[in-house]
Amino acid sequence: MPEPALFSARIQAQFPAGVLATHQFRGDDTVVVRPEALREVAQFLRDDPACACLVLSDATAVDYLKYPSGQEQSPSGTVPTTRFEVVYHLYSLEHNQRVRVKVPVEAAAPQVESLTPVWPAANWFEREIWDMFGIRFAGHPNLKRLLMYEEFDGHPLRKDYPVTKRQPLIGPAT
Amino acid sequence: MFGQANWLTTKVDSAVGWARKFSIFQYPFVTACCGMEYMATACSHYDVDRFGAGFPRFSPRQADVLFVVGTISHKMAPVLKKIYDQMADPKWVVAFGVCTCTGGFYDNYATVMGIDTIIPVDVYIPGCPPRPENVLDGLMKLQAKIQAQHSGTPLGTSSEAIAAGLHA
Repeated sequence: MPEPALFSARIQAQFPAGVLATHQFRGDDTVVVRPEALREVAQFLRDDPACACLVLSDATAVDYLKYPSGQEQSPSGTVPTTRFEVVYHLYSLEHNQRVRVKVPVEAAAPQVESLTPVWPAANWFEREIWDMFGIRFAGHPNLKRLLMYEEFDGHPLRKDYPVTKRQPLIGPAT
Repeated sequence: MFGQANWLTTKVDSAVGWARKFSIFQYPFVTACCGMEYMATACSHYDVDRFGAGFPRFSPRQADVLFVVGTISHKMAPVLKKIYDQMADPKWVVAFGVCTCTGGFYDNYATVMGIDTIIPVDVYIPGCPPRPENVLDGLMKLQAKIQAQHSGTPLGTSSEAIAAGLHA
């Protein structure tokens, strides 16, 4: 059986200006795209018959605030250039293949394009990322907190959220 | 004649305590993995019905023991408080599992560090999760506590007042 073509290579051929990097590690295929190109890349991955990534299995984010950038290689093989990265894991049932799409996000007013119009499954993932990391998603139909309460101040999975900070609704604050 | 240690009132207290401790209607407030041990305790192998507590009520208004089973988050805390306030006196609270006792291994932005910061607790059952034997031991301790209670305790004391006393 011939080795299937990597999705990242296809993306790179299709969007040469939109792709920052690609790499493979033990069968994991990763493509890092520019924020401006994210929506187009996502649409292509879903609609192109050679990819047909109909399943968004996960979307999450990483805060590289305290990451030793430049000194060490990150586990994924790339050194992050921005504070945040939003990570999407896609799966193609048709080709039984997965691809990881990463988008660098700047620390000041972090925002990326919402993928909810492409995959409805992105809706709650993006709400969770907003809740935990404070990254906004432009064009999201209902971007409000998913896990924490509305009164909660800040975003707890950011590396600069104080570990000991407590915000109880009732009861003592310790 | 009707002082604190009167012969008649102590006999009445004893009878009422005996009746109450063998007809515990529990409200299981189950939020996490401890629920599995709660179910194991309730089922025939350990059979909590032997202690007269085999009848869970799913309305707090019909229950007299609140079993808080599992981690309580800050988001859940006002709900737990409301459930407690909805229960009619006399009422007791059992903290089931170490998360409800102290927060357990959670020490983070989301978790309440012990439900006794919100509502008064009568019996703590530690363990992660506690074994059914441990739960039955806690239940028997609660029964002893119910048996020993006197009618002099003012009923209808609000949970705010009790909690204020706890933190004083």
